[in-house]
Amino acid sequence: MTAVPAEEAPSWQDQILPILKSFDVRHLVYVPDAGHATAIREAEKDNGITSLALTTEEEGIGYLSGAWLGGERGALLMQSSGVGNCLNTLALQAMTRFPLLMLVTMRGDWAEFNPWQNPMGQATEAALKLMGVRTWRADQPDEVAHLVHGAATMAFNGDEACAVLLGQSLIGEKKWVK
Amino acid sequence: MTMTGSLDRRAVTAKLLEDRGDLLVVTGLGSPSYDVMAAGDHDLNYYLWAAMGSAATVGFGLAMTQREKPVLVLTGDGEMLMGLGALASIGQKLPPNLTIAVLDNGHYGETGMQTSHTGRDIELARFAEAANFPWTRVVTDMDGVADLRTRMQSQSGTSFAAIKIAAENLPRALPPRDGVHVKNRFRAALGLSTI
Repeated sequence: MTAVPAEEAPSWQDQILPILKSFDVRHLVYVPDAGHATAIREAEKDNGITSLALTTEEEGIGYLSGAWLGGERGALLMQSSGVGNCLNTLALQAMTRFPLLMLVTMRGDWAEFNPWQNPMGQATEAALKLMGVRTWRADQPDEVAHLVHGAATMAFNGDEACAVLLGQSLIGEKKWVK
Repeated sequence: MTMTGSLDRRAVTAKLLEDRGDLLVVTGLGSPSYDVMAAGDHDLNYYLWAAMGSAATVGFGLAMTQREKPVLVLTGDGEMLMGLGALASIGQKLPPNLTIAVLDNGHYGETGMQTSHTGRDIELARFAEAANFPWTRVVTDMDGVADLRTRMQSQSGTSFAAIKIAAENLPRALPPRDGVHVKNRFRAALGLSTI
């Protein structure tokens, strides 16, 4: 397969927010990553969505739990390193069962220049599964909309924790040296 | 030197919850959950038993969706210390109906009364002030608690109070541990259905 160059804007990025909106997502909470830049930018322009930057990813689990208590849906966007920050807080979802949709852009799983990203990147999917999160993985642009739709359907119809991992080969190789 | 306050945590909690009306309450794990339970179980109480550091963010999300109702996060100093970044996140939105009240005894009461950071003169209210909360207080007497209650019920701006209570372990009043039940009854009380 061929990696998509990072400098082009792949259409899958444009599909994310419209899919979330089709599920009546009102809150987009995130620790930013380049792969989420389009969804974050579009959400910040959208009066129908509260977009919120977090200092650390587990804040998003608490926030979305509270938003659901109050009657509204949201989604949590992060990089794979942030999954490690979330682990203990995922107990909140396991014990109270609320829709938790997570979109996770991967580091340390394909053509990674920075080996410090590899330990958490390699453990991301297993760590989520250990905490009871259902996971799907997209490595091709045409898989993204399909899998995000599927994960959102199961999160919002089942009070489940569902994560879509967006592979590093999908996002493109980060250019460290011009 | 270990710093502690003198207020009775159960009296403080009872005062804050007096004539509560539409008040929505989120409690941090440990003693604040027991204090709120001791004041009387209520459908609009949401008790945390784990996810330490999350009380403020749960209350934040709730305040951002139930904009017409006052929301109280009642937690302890150790729980708040684990989620200090949440104050910065809240500071970006500052929902006027959100009040965070920390029952601050300067100790980790659940684990053997080890001294916490606030017991070593680190003042939580200054973090909230740095996060642009429009009203922050260090409360050391019951008049201050009454002022906090009035402020909370008026929903006139995001508020933060560090309430200096005595370091003591009172008899536990255990809230329900079935999180799904507590969640569903809370939502039902707001007129919301299960999935």
